[in-house]
Amino acid sequence: MNIPEDLKYTRDHEWVKIDGDIATVGITDFAQGELGDIVYVEVESVDESLEREDVFGTVEAVKTVSDLYLPLTGEIVEFNDSLEDEPEKVNNAPYTDGWMIKIKFAEIAELEDLLTAQEYKEIIGG
Amino acid sequence: MKEVALANKHKDLGAKMVPFAGYNMPVSYEGVNAEHHNVREKLGVFDVSHMGEFLVTGEHALELIQLISSNDASKLVDGQAQYTCMPNEDGGIVDDMIIYRINAEKYLLVVNAANIEKDWNWISKHNTMDATLTDLSEELSLLAIQGPKAAEAMQSLTDVDLSNMKFYTFEIGTFAGMEKVIISATGYTGSGGFEIYFKNECAEEIWNKVMEAGADFGIQPIGLAARDTLRLEMGFCLYGNDIDDTTSPIEAKLGWITKFNKDFINSEALKAEKEEGSKRKLVAFELDERGIPRQGYDIVNDEGEIIGNVTSGTMSPSLEKGIGLGYVKTEYAGFGKKINIQIRKKTVPATQVKLPFYKG
Repeated sequence: MNIPEDLKYTRDHEWVKIDGDIATVGITDFAQGELGDIVYVEVESVDESLEREDVFGTVEAVKTVSDLYLPLTGEIVEFNDSLEDEPEKVNNAPYTDGWMIKIKFAEIAELEDLLTAQEYKEIIGG
Repeated sequence: MKEVALANKHKDLGAKMVPFAGYNMPVSYEGVNAEHHNVREKLGVFDVSHMGEFLVTGEHALELIQLISSNDASKLVDGQAQYTCMPNEDGGIVDDMIIYRINAEKYLLVVNAANIEKDWNWISKHNTMDATLTDLSEELSLLAIQGPKAAEAMQSLTDVDLSNMKFYTFEIGTFAGMEKVIISATGYTGSGGFEIYFKNECAEEIWNKVMEAGADFGIQPIGLAARDTLRLEMGFCLYGNDIDDTTSPIEAKLGWITKFNKDFINSEALKAEKEEGSKRKLVAFELDERGIPRQGYDIVNDEGEIIGNVTSGTMSPSLEKGIGLGYVKTEYAGFGKKINIQIRKKTVPATQVKLPFYKG
């Protein structure tokens, strides 16, 4: 199970990479493996400001559909629209080419609530 | 949770196992899309040993079958199979199944795993003519070897002439060194191939030989997830989704297996429904825009009123678009007519199409 040490995680199986006031968000290797072949990533919340835990999109695998939850309060400034044509990037490269959104986050204190790689590993029983 | 004879084999192959109809079953190995394409282009092997098998024997065997089955089994000859359903007394369907005529007094019924007990009780209840019923479900394994290369790849394992077998015929012969294997030219994928039935104790040997014989042709193990996308691209009904205890064979467009030249359970009412027309119809549709229809989603008209519901839906790996089956009020049904699928907050337009979705 690939869980990079330099990223932060959520209990909803998302990863977060902080760079200044921008957070890049995707789903974890564990999550993509559980979903199976991902065929559709839908994010229609670009330019919207949402609260932490709000649904910002959905990811559809062949057999299931899952909501995507915002890990940090803020404005969604970018969606990785290459996923519209190549959703399989989420399976093949969940931590790099398969990133989903960038958030301009509003509440620095929320960063404290994100999980470390070790904490996330324990959650998924790794 | 019951295990199929090959459960450990699937786990060794890295299958993701899920509970299905009381069995722990392989849902995928490499990934549903890759498995799907492997069957469409080459061949794949599915372990569907969870399916139920009942043997009906004796001089009254056909009489019982004709009572419970909507199709006309008197048309069958030895070595021929027939798709049919068992209507209930309330206008719905107990189960769909395949009937194999082994001889005039010996038939094999293959039913859905989730319905084995219900079917057994139903058939037993109507067996007033004293046919002999035997449940072989726990003794038999079933592998579906499907795909355009299936006949060529498997020919070395049997003397039965696979490439000249007609669709929905079968032979009982030697396969992979095992005797009395039912080799049936049937399947649930639309890509051709065979289904083979044999005793559980032969399962490991047959699986190994099938994989060995198929290796040069690109055989892969295929899970239930791809089985579902493959059948849906053909528009084959799935019991529990598209047909169930409340859907009639007429509205499910199974009129072609509902023969009114004989009496069967609820045949009078179904005949009346056919003549008067059903209130709703099962239709096939493709989404006009991006999205994936799912079982349970509402179907709405342009005014936003609910006119039906989706019973099966997926992203078609072959067509690369959202496809589905669902019931709509009859006035909305028709090839080329537009409907809308309510996908969460979004209303996505869809066009009704003729089956199959996948035309090879």
